[in-house]
Amino acid sequence: MSQFQQKVELICFEALTEDIVRLTFNAPKIAAMARPGQFVMVQTSPGKDPLLRRPFSIHQVIRDGHLQILFKVLGKGTELLAQVRVGEQLSLLGPLGNGFTPGSPETACLVGGGMGIAPLLFLATRFLSKSSAAEVSPKMPMVILGARNRAELEPLVDDFRKVGVDVLAATDDGSFGHHGLVTDVLTKSNLPPGFGIYCCGPHPMMAAIARLCQQESRACQVSVETVMACGMGACLGCAVPLKAGGYAHVCSDGPIFEAEKLLWSL
Amino acid sequence: MEPLIMATEKADLRVSIGSLALQNPVMTASGTFGYGREFEDFVKLRGLGAVVVKGISLAPRAGNPPPRIVETACGMLNAIGLENTGVDRFISDKMPYLAALGVPVLVNILGDSVEEYRQLAGRLAGIPGIGAIEVNISCPNVKKGGVAFGTDPQMAAAVTAAVKGCSQVPVIVKLSPNVTDITVVARAVEEAGADAVSLINTLIGMAIDLRSRRPRLANVIGGLSGPAIKPVALRMVYQVARAVAIPVIGIGGIATAEDAMEFMLAGATAVQVGTANFVNPGACDEVIAGIAAYVTEQKMGSVRELIGALRVC
Ligand SMILES: Cc1cc2nc3c(=O)[nH]c(=O)nc-3n(C[C@H](O)[C@H](O)[C@H](O)COP(=O)(O)OP(=O)(O)OC[C@H]3O[C@@H](n4cnc5c(N)ncnc54)[C@H](O)[C@@H]3O)c2cc1C
Ligand SMILES: Cc1cc2nc3c(=O)[nH]c(=O)nc-3n(C[C@H](O)[C@H](O)[C@H](O)COP(=O)(O)O)c2cc1C
Ligand code: FES
Repeated sequence: MSQFQQKVELICFEALTEDIVRLTFNAPKIAAMARPGQFVMVQTSPGKDPLLRRPFSIHQVIRDGHLQILFKVLGKGTELLAQVRVGEQLSLLGPLGNGFTPGSPETACLVGGGMGIAPLLFLATRFLSKSSAAEVSPKMPMVILGARNRAELEPLVDDFRKVGVDVLAATDDGSFGHHGLVTDVLTKSNLPPGFGIYCCGPHPMMAAIARLCQQESRACQVSVETVMACGMGACLGCAVPLKAGGYAHVCSDGPIFEAEKLLWSL
Repeated sequence: MEPLIMATEKADLRVSIGSLALQNPVMTASGTFGYGREFEDFVKLRGLGAVVVKGISLAPRAGNPPPRIVETACGMLNAIGLENTGVDRFISDKMPYLAALGVPVLVNILGDSVEEYRQLAGRLAGIPGIGAIEVNISCPNVKKGGVAFGTDPQMAAAVTAAVKGCSQVPVIVKLSPNVTDITVVARAVEEAGADAVSLINTLIGMAIDLRSRRPRLANVIGGLSGPAIKPVALRMVYQVARAVAIPVIGIGGIATAEDAMEFMLAGATAVQVGTANFVNPGACDEVIAGIAAYVTEQKMGSVRELIGALRVC
């Protein structure tokens, strides 16, 4: 067994801002199998409306089988999730999807925007545990994160700094870090050739980064979002167009794809 | 959990669809269970009544552009566009695993001409493990201006006869609910030789995003499924079961044993669980265990006592 449907208990609720919430579940089976870039399908209510589960990246796996998700309240499902109280149980399905294929931490650059930052913390900590502390510089992997404003970005940047990675920050309003887009920061950083990008964020941001990487012949893994019904390859609802023609399925072929394989539209 | 498992062993849940014997009346609905393997971690595949696979066509189909699905009140719309691997890869890549499960595999077929259905049935004939063919007639007939086979009794009968002509296994015709009187089509396919009918396929619907003033599906319209359609499905199963002599398989919004048994009371010999698999991939196990518990608790000799036992004054 590599995937599980499990009733799990909420053990910690954190409201990072008015509408950004981090939930910690006691989910030992799913946590034990989870890899960075994978996701879980969460049942937001036991009733029939909303009917479908909602997909969320695995934000972090911490000791004792604890698993975190980080999300923004957008609609019905996330509103219900933001009302769950510590001690209550929810049904989780996972871990689902392929996950990132991590290369060497010394040549890794993580780029996240908005809630796309969620899966990158898990990836960063895996990179850190892969490299023995002696041989790796404390700045690796390189991390660039962006969001609308300080309130949304600062708590997330703090998490990366706490685990020991440096972060280049960018905000739309300039209230924290660079005033502008993560793509500006990436361009300015003069990333040496050979560095690979691991990227998750809103579609326009990923499309811009995919284009940049294509120009520089740089390897780039992106985490793609679509609507999903099942999350496990059964409904074929999560199609994304491929450059070579036809479609891939985000839940079973992804959610991580090599950017150059996808057909990007702006 | 323990008493339920014991009940499963004791209760007589066997039913038959024509010459096809099933260990229990619970199948998966086409297009909601992949090719079975996707669910191996979540459900006891060997315990199912039958596995119905995603619809198969002669040549592979890429499917529709996204977005292909959208959630609606207590249900969902889909316009997958019949994406599938094509019959040859289905036989070579998917059938060996399915055949080894030891439960009947029902192959759902679709085409855009009578000839294509005939050829499909021919390719599938004699493949070990296939328990029956389920003919999806909700597809457009390209030669007749794209009218769905399932909305015209004569076209539905022609497809049925063509498939029946080259199949040794029972032929189940899956009816479209998007008609004025479903019993007319049901009788037409019965006369053309169908061994059973399954119903309902999805109800055509649509959803609109007011903000962007666009349809929520790239295909504009799609098929509605899930709990929202259950009352319509129950009504149609009730009507069809009274109109034909062949077994009826009930489909539409089934998520629990109670739902399944309501369909049996309305006249269904067996049922299919569809959209519920997405929400709860272990749904079929729970439905089977729940039916077994009911049969035992009600001291029934067999689950077959439920079929058509609805009390209407
Ligand atoms: C693999 C994967 C991983 C994800 N990881 C995260 C995560 O870590 N954190 C997080 O906050 N979100 C994540 N998402 C997105 C998340 O699933 C949606 O935000 C959520 O389903 C919205 O549910 P809702 O019921 O609140 O909104 P709905 O009522 O379904 O929709 C409300 C509004 O949000 C829009 N919306 C719905 N789904 C998405 C989407 N996928 N992307 C953008 N807009 C959408 C709708 O168009 C609508 O306008 C992920 C999605 C996928 C596919
Ligand atoms: C995503 C999806 C794909 C489907 N694909 C097929 C198909 O290929 N062939 C078919 O006959 N029915 C297909 N159906 C219809 C279902 O088998 C079933 O008839 C319908 O969904 C109603 O049952 P439900 O409410 O339990 O889902 C599909 C349904 C869904 C939701
Ligand atoms: S979400 Fe169902 S196949 Fe991907």
